[in-house]
Amino acid sequence: MKLTLKIWRQKSSIDKGSLETYPISDVSEHMSFLEMLDVLNEELIEKGIDPVAFDHDCREGICGMCSLYINGEAHGPDRRVTTCQLHMRKFKDGDTIFIEPFRANAFPVIKDLVVDRSSFDRIQQAGGYISVNTSGNTQDANSIPIPKEDADTAFDAATCIGCGACVASCKNSSAMLFVSAKVSQFSLLPQGKVEAKDRVLNMVNKMDEEGFGNCTNTGACEVECPKGISLDNISRMNREFLSANLNK
Amino acid sequence: MAKLNSGVPKGEIQDKWTQYKDSINLVNPANKRNIDVIVVGTGLAGGSASATLAELGYNVKTFCYQDSPRRAHSIAAQGGINAAKNYQGDGDSTYRLFYDTVKGGDYRSREANVYRLAEVSTNIIDQCVAQGVPFARDYGGLLDNRSFGGVLVSRTFYAKGQTGQQLLLGAYSAMNRQIARGKIKMHNRHEMLDVVVIDGKARGIIARNLVTGEIERHSAHAVVIASGGYGNVYFLSTNAMGSNTTAAWKAHKKGAFFANPCYTQIHPTCIPRSGEYQSKLTLMSESLRNDGRIWVPKNLEDVKALREGTIKATDIKEENRDYYLERRYPAFGNLVPRDVASRAAKERCDAGYGVNQTGEAVYLDFSSAIMRYGKEQALLKGEDENDLQLVKKLGQDIVKSKYGNLFQMYEKIVDENPYELPMMIYPAVHYTMGGIWVDYNLMTTVPGLYAIGEANFSDHGSNRLGASALMQGLADGYFVLPYTIGDYLSDDIRTGPISTDSTEFEKAESNVKELLEQLVNNKGNHSVDYYHKKLGRIMWDKCGMARTEIGLKEAIKEIKELREDFWKNVMVPGQLNELNKELEKAGRVADFLELGELFAKDALTRNESCGGHFREEYATKEGEAKRDDKNFTFVSAWEYVGEPSEAKLHKEQLEFENIELKERSYK
Repeated sequence: MKLTLKIWRQKSSIDKGSLETYPISDVSEHMSFLEMLDVLNEELIEKGIDPVAFDHDCREGICGMCSLYINGEAHGPDRRVTTCQLHMRKFKDGDTIFIEPFRANAFPVIKDLVVDRSSFDRIQQAGGYISVNTSGNTQDANSIPIPKEDADTAFDAATCIGCGACVASCKNSSAMLFVSAKVSQFSLLPQGKVEAKDRVLNMVNKMDEEGFGNCTNTGACEVECPKGISLDNISRMNREFLSANLNK
Repeated sequence: MAKLNSGVPKGEIQDKWTQYKDSINLVNPANKRNIDVIVVGTGLAGGSASATLAELGYNVKTFCYQDSPRRAHSIAAQGGINAAKNYQGDGDSTYRLFYDTVKGGDYRSREANVYRLAEVSTNIIDQCVAQGVPFARDYGGLLDNRSFGGVLVSRTFYAKGQTGQQLLLGAYSAMNRQIARGKIKMHNRHEMLDVVVIDGKARGIIARNLVTGEIERHSAHAVVIASGGYGNVYFLSTNAMGSNTTAAWKAHKKGAFFANPCYTQIHPTCIPRSGEYQSKLTLMSESLRNDGRIWVPKNLEDVKALREGTIKATDIKEENRDYYLERRYPAFGNLVPRDVASRAAKERCDAGYGVNQTGEAVYLDFSSAIMRYGKEQALLKGEDENDLQLVKKLGQDIVKSKYGNLFQMYEKIVDENPYELPMMIYPAVHYTMGGIWVDYNLMTTVPGLYAIGEANFSDHGSNRLGASALMQGLADGYFVLPYTIGDYLSDDIRTGPISTDSTEFEKAESNVKELLEQLVNNKGNHSVDYYHKKLGRIMWDKCGMARTEIGLKEAIKEIKELREDFWKNVMVPGQLNELNKELEKAGRVADFLELGELFAKDALTRNESCGGHFREEYATKEGEAKRDDKNFTFVSAWEYVGEPSEAKLHKEQLEFENIELKERSYK
C-alpha cells in the first residue's frame, strides 16, 4: 500500500519543530509500524536526509521504550499493543498517518519523536521499592502464603511497562495510572505493607513536583494503556493516599 | 599471560563456595565509601550487581544505552527462573540442578561455577519475593512451578509469561532505592565505548552521552561489564534492537580473552520470518512446550495443501501427524533441550515438511492440553465432561490464564488465533553462551575488569537450559560478584580517587573520537543496516544451526571483505554532537563485523559437535551431536592480537570430578 506520513521533526529540545510530509510506497500489511519507519529511514538516508529519530528497543511490546502518538492515539489505533506490535494491516492504502511524539510538560522532546521520560524514573526513586537489602538470609519464599487473588492482582498492576501512554492520552497529562500501578502492586502484598504509608505519600508528592497534571477521571489512560492497567489501581491509590494522610 | 588460571578453590564441590567466602579479604564499611565501581548494563546481572554493591557501601556508577535502566532486554525473558527449592517434592536438589545444567551444557562448562550457581539459586527466589516480585501462586497461596526443557522436575518459578519483566523490575526497584540515596549515580542514554587500563588494571571507561554526543571519562577502582550477549551479530534474533557486543568487544580488545564465541543458542520456538523488511524475531516462551505438542504432517501431500491454503492444520487427522520430538525422544518428548529441539525442527523442514510458505515452520499445538484442562475443569465444576464445546471453552480459559500474553502477542504478529489453530514456529537466534572469559571470581584476564550475566561465558557450557539465564544473571549480580569483587578491592583501600587526567584516559578518549569521526565523515553510499543484514546472512547461512569446515572458511573470508567494504563505503548521516541513532548503530555493527570473524574461527577450530555448536562432519548416524571429549574438553579463550581471525588460542582444560562425561541422551 501507499501512504502519506506526516511526521513531527524537531532538531533538538530547544528548536521549534514542525510536521513534515513523506510519501511512502510498497508498505506490506505484515510489517510492524516501526518496520515501516525503518524502511522510510533507509530511503531518507539514501537521499541524504536525516532519518527520523524514534525510541524503540525490544520490539516485543515489553520494554516500554517505544512511544509515538499515531493519528491522535498513543501507540496508534490497535488496542492492547505498543507501537512496536502495531501492524500495518490496521491501515489501508492511501491513508495519511500523523506521527507525533508523546506530549506532556513532564516529557520534553529530545529530538523528533524521542522524548525524555526520566520523570518516571524519579517517581519510582521516591518510593517504588521495598527496603530490603540483598543478603541471602531473607526468610523462605514460601513462609508467607499470599492469597492467589492478591498475588494475581498485584501481578496485573506490576505489568505496567512505564511507556507513558497514559500521560500522553490524558488531557491533563496525569501520571496517576502509572504511579497507582506501582503503589497497588506493593500495597496488595504483605511485603509491601510495611512502608505503604510513606510510599504513597512520597510517590504522589514527587508526581506533582514533576509537573504531571491532576486526574479528572476521564479514563482515557485505561483505554490507551497497551497493558490494560486498570483504573481500579487509581481508586486503590486514592484510598491509600487518603488514609496515609489521615494517619500522618 | 602464559596459562589461564580459573582460580577454583580447593575442597569438595559442595564446600568450595562456603569455604571461599570464609577465607576472602573483606573491605570495612568505612573504606567502601572510598571505592568506586562502574557497572555497564542494567539487565538482571548489571541491575542486581549495582543495587547490591551500593547497599554494601561502594559508590556505584551505572551506565545503560536505554532511556531507563528498566528497559534492559532481560525484561523480555518470558518463561521463568530455575531454583532448586524442591517445593514440589519431586526429587529436586542442588546436586540435580547442578547435574542438569552441566549435562544440558553438553559437558563444556566449569563444574565449580555451575555448582555455586545451583547453590545460590534458592536465595534468589527468597530475595525476589522479599522485594515484592509477584510470582505465580497456587490456591493455597504458595509458589507455583512449571517444567522446562532438559529436566525431569518442576523447578521453574514464573510470573505468567513476564517473568523477566517482574525480576528486572525487582532489581530496578532495588536500584532506585540506591539512586535515591545517592549511592548509585545512574547514566541513562550513555554507551560505553572503551575500557581504560592503567598499570595493568581496569580503572575506568570512556562513554558517549547519546543525547549530546559528548565523550566522557569515568574512573573507578573496578569495572563490571554486564552488557549481555551478542546474538545480534546475526542481524535477526530475539534480542532487542540495541543489544550489542560493543562493551564486551572493547574489553576484549583491551586484553580480556573472549571464550567460546561459537556457542550460540538457537531457540526452537520463535515466530517464523515473514519478509525482507523484518527487523527482529519474536520468541514464544519455552514454557509453551509444557502444554504444546510439536508436529509436522506425515505426508508431503498435506504439506503441499497447507502451503496452497486448501486445507488448515486442524483438517489433518491425528494419524497423519508426525509428533517428531515425541517419536525421537520418548523420555523427554516435547521438553528436550533447545539445541536438540531446534535441530529436529530444521531436519524436518530441510526434508520438505515445513508448514508455511517459506517452508520454515512447524506446528506448536495446544489442542490436547486445552481438552485435558477442560475436562479437569468440567469435573471440578460438576459440568458435563462430554460436552466438547464446553470442555474446549473451559480449557481455553486455563491456557489463557497460563500463557495469555504470549497468545495475544502471537495473534497480533501473525494475525491468526492460536486458541483455534496451532501456532507456527521456527528456530531463531536467542542467546549466546560464549562471552568474555572469567575465572571463579568472575574476573576477566584484565585485573579489576569483571564480566557477569550473559556477557561472560561461564555457566552454560555449549547449551543453556531454559529458565537458567535469569538464574545466572541474578546469581552473579546479587550473590556472587558482591563477594568476589570485595576480595579484589581490599587491595585498593589506600588508592584514593582515580584521576581521569592520565595519559591512558586521554589516549582512550582520542581513539574513541577518531573512530566516531571516521564514521560520520565517511560519506559512503550504503546504510549501516545494509552491512548488518549482509553480515547476518553470512552468519545464519554459515555459522548457524549447522556448520561445516568449508562454510566456516568462506565465512571468515566474506566477513573480512565485508568489514573492509564497511569502512570504505558506509554512510552515517548526522553529526557527532547530537542524538544520532545511525552513528550508534554504526559503532555496534563495526564491532559485530570483527566478532563475527572470531566466531567463525572458533567454530572452525572446534572439530566436534556439542550443544549449540553443530558441525555436520561430527554427527552420529541418527544425526545427534558427536562430542570429542579426548581432544576438546576445554574452553577456547581467544586473545586479541589484531585481525580477529588471527587471535591467539588459550585453552582452559575442563576437569570433571563430580560428573561423569557421558553421551548426552534425551531418548
